[in-house]
Amino acid sequence: MFNFIKHRKIWYLISLLVIVPGLVSLALQGLNLGIDFTGGNIMEVRLEQGVKVQQVRQVVEDLGYGASRNIQKSGANDYLIRTRELSEVESAKLIATMQEKLGKTVLLRNERVGPVIGKELTTKAVLALLIASALMLVYITFRFEFKQGVAAIVALLHDSLVVLGIFSIFQIEVDTAFVAAILTIIGYSINDTIIIFDRVRENMKTRKKGESLEDLVNFSLWQTLARSINTVLTVVFVLVALYFLGGTTTKTLVLAMLIGVISGAYSSIFNASPVWVDLKLAEKKR
Amino acid sequence: MRWSKILTLAAIVLVIAAVGVTAAVPLPAFKDIKWLPWGKEITLGLDLQGGVHVVLEAQDTPGAKVTEDSMRRAKAVLERRVNELGVAEPIIQRQGDRRIIVELAGVADPEKAVRDIIKPAYLEFKTADGETIITGADLQDAIEGRDPTSGQVQVNLTFTDAGTRKFAQATTANVGKTIGIYLDNKLLQNPVVREPITNGKAMITGYENLEEAHTIAVLLRSGALPVPLEVLEKRTVGPQLGQDSLERSINAGIVGIIAILVFMIVYYRVPGLIADLALLIYALIVLGIFIGIHATMTLPGIAGFLLSLGIAVDANVIIFERIKEELRSGKSIRSAIDAGFKRGFVAVFDANVTTLIAAAVLYYLSESLIRGFAVTLSIGILASMFTAITMTRWMLHLAAATNVFKQARYYGA
Repeated sequence: MFNFIKHRKIWYLISLLVIVPGLVSLALQGLNLGIDFTGGNIMEVRLEQGVKVQQVRQVVEDLGYGASRNIQKSGANDYLIRTRELSEVESAKLIATMQEKLGKTVLLRNERVGPVIGKELTTKAVLALLIASALMLVYITFRFEFKQGVAAIVALLHDSLVVLGIFSIFQIEVDTAFVAAILTIIGYSINDTIIIFDRVRENMKTRKKGESLEDLVNFSLWQTLARSINTVLTVVFVLVALYFLGGTTTKTLVLAMLIGVISGAYSSIFNASPVWVDLKLAEKKR
Repeated sequence: MRWSKILTLAAIVLVIAAVGVTAAVPLPAFKDIKWLPWGKEITLGLDLQGGVHVVLEAQDTPGAKVTEDSMRRAKAVLERRVNELGVAEPIIQRQGDRRIIVELAGVADPEKAVRDIIKPAYLEFKTADGETIITGADLQDAIEGRDPTSGQVQVNLTFTDAGTRKFAQATTANVGKTIGIYLDNKLLQNPVVREPITNGKAMITGYENLEEAHTIAVLLRSGALPVPLEVLEKRTVGPQLGQDSLERSINAGIVGIIAILVFMIVYYRVPGLIADLALLIYALIVLGIFIGIHATMTLPGIAGFLLSLGIAVDANVIIFERIKEELRSGKSIRSAIDAGFKRGFVAVFDANVTTLIAAAVLYYLSESLIRGFAVTLSIGILASMFTAITMTRWMLHLAAATNVFKQARYYGA
């Protein structure tokens, strides 16, 4: 039987190899914050066939709405127009001008976020993460033990950092849905970890004399392995379907969840349980 | 083989199928029975049928500070305006001290709706010296119409009794001079008073069509906003994108669900099939609850629902893996099922509570669309635990009792 716990240094290393570049990227270029955080305006329109991005940019520039923030195609005839925050009158003018210069213009969506809202979102996001983590730590301490709670929190930190890092490296735009995704990932990650800890808790009751903690945890990991893999697979099925077939507006949410769920499965096997073993061993040495 | 048990199982399958079909194809017969979920459609959120979510913030002006009272009046004015615009089930709520959230679903031109409802609509009649003689507060009614002779579009104003008196006085004093009509400090027209007007009627002309006049009439009727409102945040979804998103999500959902169903049968055999049935029951229960509590289905809500399917499968997977272990340790099928459920459920429970904690935090700290995600996820988790310990367990026992599936290999062990 392959020993997960014995090789834990390797798993820590793999985690670091994923997280460190992400942290460097976060420090150097940060996240690509969408208008939900920075404030601004994002408009998606469907234009007639054959309209060039350059033409759309021209219209926006002529109105002086700050086209520098980029205009891109989001579908066959769909265009994303990011500008500074536009007032209701300015928005209407932009649509009317496109209608006049580029032909039939169908407004798909138009989002305007003031800078105040963006600041509030950041505060709320951080608050939500802290509250959720604290509550989970309390629950796990109550149902299991404090050290397992700490190990679970380490795993969820790992997952959040992996997702944040990847989004930073590839400069994928983050929005409100991303915050929701991170919170759900945390819920999922802990969910995975708890299933394993539950088995450890049960095996501790029937622990034989002389059985090392490493072996006991390793055995528990093996017992729950099929479940860990199968559950991740079913969730991944749904997420992949949503990513490729689902609506454009939930793509960030789904992508973040996809990365997070896979990272969550890894961290609950390769991080949470080994970290708990290390915490336990450190306690004995003292 | 025990035929009675097989028949019971078959009956369950038929009932699920029947409920499923009637849920998908609403029967008119069920439509009038209030408490039955069938036949009613789930309310679609503004991101699925097009609409707008807007956060407005009241601004202080030198003349009027934002107070609790002015906020209450502003909200009332917005409610009247939205109702007059004929929006079904609008949401208008206060947030904090000076904010109002308005959500309108199913409006043809959401952008225009926002522009209209945030107009101050402050009407004034001023003399040539700039003295205000009458304001929107003196209006009793405003109706759009056409002049019977010229066919010109106009808004006909009727003043209250007090307004009528004031207007009569002012027109008497100003014969031969002009009286300007101002809307939001913009001069609309400046007619010369030919004779005193004592019947308390006036009109505004200069509109291109009846629709334009109608909007103004609605705004005037609903009264002026006591304080100016500014847009802090606005999210408009055109009807086309809404339709698009809905179709895509349904497709994605179907593909995802089929993948899960197939995987469960291939990997877990008989229990997998039963879990699939339980999953369908689960989906129907959840959709029934959504309709029952009049939840609005949003795009993140659909994502939450599909994710909860994953959680529902997880509960079954945990329990089945347990049953397999018990079988391998040499237990009989029936006692393995019982032991598997007993032990598996503790794990499922602890694991789901933490996800519920995350969903609850999300619910309290977010609003509107993302809230839909938290709600569907939570309902889904609770319903999944319920179906796992009731339906799956019962059906597994039934299947075991048929004596058809005796060998452990039918259980994947």
